[in-house]
Formats: sequence, structure tokens, C-alpha cells
Amino acid sequence: MIDGLRRLGRSTLRWFNRLGRATLFLLRLLGALAALGKRPGLIVKQLYSLGVLSLPIIAMSGLFVGMVLGLQGYANLVDFGATSSLGTVVALSLVRELGPVLAALLYAARAGSALTAEIGLMKATEQLAAMQMMAVDPFARVFAPRFVAGVIAMPLLAGIFTAIGILGGYFVAVQQLGVDSGAFWSQMQAAVRLVDDVINGVVVKSAVFGWVANWIAVFEGYDAIPTSEGISLATTRTVVNTALVVLALDFMLTAIFFGV
Amino acid sequence: MSATAPAVPIDPPDTSPLVTARGLTFHRGDRAIFQDVNLDIRRGGITAIMGPSGAGKTTLLRLIGGQLRPTAGRVEVDGACVHELGRRELYQLRKRMSMLFQSGALFTDLSVFDNVAFPLREHTRLPETLIRTLVLMKLEAVGLRGARDLMPSELSGGMARRAALARAIALDPMMILYDEPFSGQDPITMGVLIKLIRTLNDALGLTSIIVSHDVKETASIADYIYLISDGLIVDHGPPEALEHSSSAWVEQFLHALPDGPMSFHYPALPYAQDLLLARERTGD
Repeated sequence: MIDGLRRLGRSTLRWFNRLGRATLFLLRLLGALAALGKRPGLIVKQLYSLGVLSLPIIAMSGLFVGMVLGLQGYANLVDFGATSSLGTVVALSLVRELGPVLAALLYAARAGSALTAEIGLMKATEQLAAMQMMAVDPFARVFAPRFVAGVIAMPLLAGIFTAIGILGGYFVAVQQLGVDSGAFWSQMQAAVRLVDDVINGVVVKSAVFGWVANWIAVFEGYDAIPTSEGISLATTRTVVNTALVVLALDFMLTAIFFGV
Repeated sequence: MSATAPAVPIDPPDTSPLVTARGLTFHRGDRAIFQDVNLDIRRGGITAIMGPSGAGKTTLLRLIGGQLRPTAGRVEVDGACVHELGRRELYQLRKRMSMLFQSGALFTDLSVFDNVAFPLREHTRLPETLIRTLVLMKLEAVGLRGARDLMPSELSGGMARRAALARAIALDPMMILYDEPFSGQDPITMGVLIKLIRTLNDALGLTSIIVSHDVKETASIADYIYLISDGLIVDHGPPEALEHSSSAWVEQFLHALPDGPMSFHYPALPYAQDLLLARERTGD
């Protein structure tokens, strides 16, 4: 009993300790942003590896999710003769929820894990220490460009995911199941609002997700125990924690934006 | 030692030590890595710090480089107390010193050329043509001009260290810290590295600190040696003097004797007692 309490206390303390270190890390990261203005090339390079190289998985997943939405929506709406609202169903689910959330989860798996492993390995192979000894701040040279590029990439990826998802839904609904093309698009146009749905959904949500996903990924790499086991643990933690935090934040943001 | 007389009169050479440690104490957790260590590193020479694995040699380099803070005592480099400097001043100081890491620590996403160019590009605004000239000069000095387009993963261990050495001298530092430069190298590579360290030290007027447990190799180029064990300086002096040291520990270490004051066994209960203990536990 006492032992159990003690363990609980210890792990709680450890958790808060980590949160504190992660916050200090974030502050130093933000402090290093100013220096980045003079080196946009560093961000562009990371935008390529975090954003562009994530495109295939984002595009493929978006397509399949959209097609599934088309099928499921049709199967449910056809009973009520309401298949003309299929465009609305597909678009709203993607824009409000599935686009930002799934893109963030996929991003964590594809790019976040890579970030953690890369930074962890740089630490293990003394590259970060070497950089410090060369009087180059790894926060300005390594962490900040990756973080900023990731935060920029996330909403773009979510937008692309959503757009391709809608096309996938269109393909299944209109081309395969024979829903009227005009109804599909016009109903969607009438129902989806720019600020309430697109901005709040795709842009704001995924910006928040991008922020936490990249914060977690870069911090876990920086904080990793520099051994092969430590890095594998850190990589796992990045994906698991990002998934949990993204889903929890999604609930909160949904409650704020779309709750009654 | 480069004993060439200067053609023009110059200021008398600065004879104060470049690095001094006074009362240096460092604890990791409850374990004392260093206990009241004093040492002086002379300008222009090669000073070796030797001791068994786990004696805290790398820690000492990190204390000098300001990556770790001593628990007590001071470390001064060129008159500045390293751990009292702010980050900006520390970084200014670090531009004048280099560290060669055991693994080389080359940036794996950059070619050999870009690795050597890295400190130049970060700290200077030199035009790219001049950077190319400088990088080729540094690579020529370590014999890797032809390997400039290779990636670090394509280099052998010895080449990686030479490339890292070229990067370490890129900004013409006043001092280079070598962390185990010879460990895990074949005899030929070792010979190359020994010669390089000596030549670079004398040609560039550097001060070198070598941390190593490769006794013969290190002693062959060092001007002065500190032997550390269990957080204390056991002995120090020029290599010839240590060779004839009366200390049994120094004797054991320098001549690689398997047993002596430094025990072969990790501290433990007496053997017989330990075995009986096992029987008590399971037998019962």
C-alpha cells in the first residue's frame, strides 16, 4: 500500500519534472527563433524532409479515407433517399475532424519518429556536443529549423489530406455509386463554411497539432538516453504521446469550436 | 617542438599556462569523479592526461570545454574561468578551442568537405571560393583532399578521425582537446595520427591536450604527462621522468601489468564467503 503510494508519487513527480524540462526546452527553442530569420535555407531543407517526403503517405491515406467515407455515407444515406447530401457528409467529416487528426497521427508516425531518432542519434554520436564545442548552438542550428518547418508543414499536409479525401469521396460516390455530381458539389458548397469549418478545422486544429507533435518529437530526441535502447524508447514515446495528446486536444478544440 | 628562430622580433612568448585547474572537484551523483585536482597545461606543448578507463578523462575535457560545471574549484582557460562565463562569452572562447571526439562526431548528413566547411560557414562571412581554398588546405594537411566528396559513412575509422581533425583546425584554434584519438585504430593509422597531432601542434603553434589510455603512443609525442586514477592525480612529469617513477601504480599502468596496486578484481566480498552466501540462500 505504502509502496504503491510511493511509486505513484515518484512517477507523478517524474512526469511533472519531464513536463518542466520540456517547457524549458520549448522556451529555449522559441528564443532561438530570432536567429533563424537570417537562415531561411535551414527551414526550407527541413520543410522538404518533413513535409514533402510525407506527401505520399498523406495523399494515399487521404484517398482511402475519403473513399471509405463515400461508401459508408452512401450506405447509410441511401435508406433515407438522402444520397445527395453525401458531399456534405464527406467534406464536413474531413474538414472538421479526420483531415487534421489523421494527418497529425500520420505525421507523428512518419516524420515525428524520424525527427526523434535523428536528433537522438546526433546526441548519441556526439554530433550535438561537437556542435556546441564549435560554438554553434544546436537550438538555433538543429532544433528550431526542424520545429518551425514541422509547424508550417502540418496545416499544409492536413489541407492536402482533406482535399484528396474529398476527391476520393467524389470518386466513389459519383463515379461508382451514381450520386449526382451537381448535388454532391453544390450541397457541399452550401454546407461547408469557410471560417467555422475550414479555418477552425483544418487550419487552427492542425496548427495546434503541428505545434505539439513537433514539440514532442524534437524534445524526445533531445532528451533521449543516448543508447540504442534509449533512442528506440524515445521514438516510441514520440508516436504514442503525440497520438494521445492530439486526440485529447482534438476533443477540447471540438468542444470549443463545434460544441453547443 | 618548433625551435625555429623568428625572423622579426616578437613579443616575449607568454609563459603562463593556457589551462589551469585549481581544487577541481566533480561529483556525478554521489560518486566523486575528481577530488581536488590541480593541473597546468603549458602553452605550445602536448600534454597527455592518462589513466585507466573510467577514470574521468573525458569528463576532464568536458570541464575544460565548459560542457560540464565543476562541483567545486576552478578551471581557467587563457585567463577566463570557463564555468563563470555567460553563454555568449563561452561560445566566443569555444571558437578558439576545438575538440576531437572519440567517434569523430562528423555530421552524418554532410560530406567531408561540408563538414570541414561547417565552422567556417557558421562563424565567418567568407565568400564560397575562399572557403573552398581553406577547406582544401585543411584537408590537404590531413591527407584527405581526395576524399572531400565522400560521406562520413563511407570513411574508415581512421579517415573519419582525420576528417574530424581537419574540421577541428578549420578556425585555426589556439588549443585542441583530443578525446582518445588512438583507441580502436590499426597500427598504421595510429602512426599517422601520432605524426599528425605532433606536426599540427608544432606547425600551427597549437596547444594540445590528449586524453588517452594508449600509453606507448601517447607518451611518444607528449611533452608532459598527468596520470589520473580514482579522481586523483597520481603522478605527473615529462615522459622520461615518469618512466623511472618509483610509484608501483605508475609502474603498473605504464607497463601494462595485469595486477598490482590497481586490482584485477572489482571490489567484492571475499570469494569463499560469496560462494557460501549463495548456498545459504538456495539451500536452506
